[in-house]
Amino acid sequence: MAKVILKLENDISTDDIYPGRFMATVLPVETPQFAFFDRTEFNAQLKAKAFPAGSIIVGGENFGCGSSREQACSTLKGHQVAVVARSISRIFLQNSINLGLQVVICPGIEASEGDELAITEHQVLNQTTGQAFELVQLPAARKGIMDAGGLIPYTRARLVAKG
Amino acid sequence: MGMTVVEKILARAAGQASVKVGDVVEPRVDLAMSHENAALVINQFQEVFQGTGIEPKVWDPSRIAIIFDHRVPAESPKTATNHKKIREFVAANGITKFHDVRGDVGGICHQILPEYGYVRPGFVVVGTDSHTTSHGALGAFSFGIGATEMASAWSLGIAVNIEVPATIKVVVEGDFSPMVGPKDLILHLIGQLTAQGANYKVLEFHGGTIRKMSTSGRIAICNMSVEAGATSGIVPGDEETVRYLREEAGVTDAISCVTPDADATYVRTVEINVSHLEPQIACPHMVDNVKPIGQVLGTKVQQIVIGSCTNGRLDDLADAAAILRGKKVAEGTRMLVFPASSKIFAKALDLGYIHDFMRAGAVVMNSGCGPCLGVHEGALGDGESALSTTNRNFKGRMGNPTGFVYLCSPVVAAASAITGVITDPRKGA
Repeated sequence: MAKVILKLENDISTDDIYPGRFMATVLPVETPQFAFFDRTEFNAQLKAKAFPAGSIIVGGENFGCGSSREQACSTLKGHQVAVVARSISRIFLQNSINLGLQVVICPGIEASEGDELAITEHQVLNQTTGQAFELVQLPAARKGIMDAGGLIPYTRARLVAKG
Repeated sequence: MGMTVVEKILARAAGQASVKVGDVVEPRVDLAMSHENAALVINQFQEVFQGTGIEPKVWDPSRIAIIFDHRVPAESPKTATNHKKIREFVAANGITKFHDVRGDVGGICHQILPEYGYVRPGFVVVGTDSHTTSHGALGAFSFGIGATEMASAWSLGIAVNIEVPATIKVVVEGDFSPMVGPKDLILHLIGQLTAQGANYKVLEFHGGTIRKMSTSGRIAICNMSVEAGATSGIVPGDEETVRYLREEAGVTDAISCVTPDADATYVRTVEINVSHLEPQIACPHMVDNVKPIGQVLGTKVQQIVIGSCTNGRLDDLADAAAILRGKKVAEGTRMLVFPASSKIFAKALDLGYIHDFMRAGAVVMNSGCGPCLGVHEGALGDGESALSTTNRNFKGRMGNPTGFVYLCSPVVAAASAITGVITDPRKGA
């Protein structure tokens, strides 16, 4: 069970998650400081480590639209937050799986900041409201990458197998 | 069963007779493009090889393109050091399709790739930039990926576990009115589809309007297909594609265009007639917040931007220069022009367009991404508005989260520069 620390609207862009002006910073160890930078108060809370690992950001439809910048995923992964959204844009979803950021697609999700959510294999349970929402399984094609713990170990294993 | 263009390209690249929507394939990559974010790709690439005992070498240096464009010349020591690291990697790996910060062969990646003939019809192109959709204009399946996925492509030479996407057929007919063109078409389409209307799908463009459209216009519409969420936009290769590659890109070897089967399956068909289309404006802060110009006329703007991978090509500059020739940029408004490549800049100089811009009071900058993504020059002041020919207007996009960005065609931007307010170019300024 984990708490919703931020509830967002539809079409949250990667410029919102990780503003373009910080794109010269690329390393996953350095990107977390700029997460949702222009949401000043939330950024300050993240940096102050105000939230326990596994805390949840709830998004609407088309979460992570826009740029292919991978920093938008590494910045959230660095804070060990999870994303539950009604739908997720293609590149952001792929980057999340590649980096091992926990993302859940839950088309009917309804939750407010402060609600407690439990994520199971097939549903997201809002324990504050008592409502349960079906989740959409991540693409089966990605299972190998998820099982390997991300695209780097997955590619490494394939490279070694190739010889 | 018939196949769409992308299905045919993926089948061929995966070495299969056919594919259908939802199949998982691993196409060989014909071209892998990165810009400054190659700094992160290099980091991830080196991590892939860690502990394997295998020497970290890219699979095929001739199929990798790296173009510096996002922050050129470097705006900070950090960027300059990233550039330096990438240059060293390029030299060590023998990567030849490398475009450094230069006034002869430099430019924006989505102009350099077509301009130098790096993209061909039927290619599978991946790029660490969401606007990699641009290269569908040449009949390639071209899509954006993240840096780690690029590191995987550099290592293995394939795109791993790609699901064959469904395709939406977009049929465009009719002749544009004067002062209306491809940018208005794509803004209109995005407004109709919404920002997520084409998520995980391909937009395949057809119809008389597309057949008559120049490659420059086709690049603009494929470029912005991603703003409707599309994996890629694609114009099946035709005579214009061959003409562009032969005459403008200097390609001499065989070119083979891929066209869809007559009985290909589409998830949806969208028909548009452009005969009565008006100039379109995407209003803050979403690209699908599109309105006909009549609804926003008179909106005050402090900055005009003409350029970018969407609309910084020679025809865009010619159209804008024709409007500005002999006129002045309004007091209280600043105008910035960014040609899409050094070659285009040089041609615009020869043809007098650069003088037209400068005499009007515009500042002409070196080619690059400029203020489009808010990392370099041309930031907005608090509460200021910009009217721009670029492709995104998200909050904070032009470097200031309190700014407002409106998107438009080059002729709307030029006419509005003279008045300082959003102005209909059909009515004269």
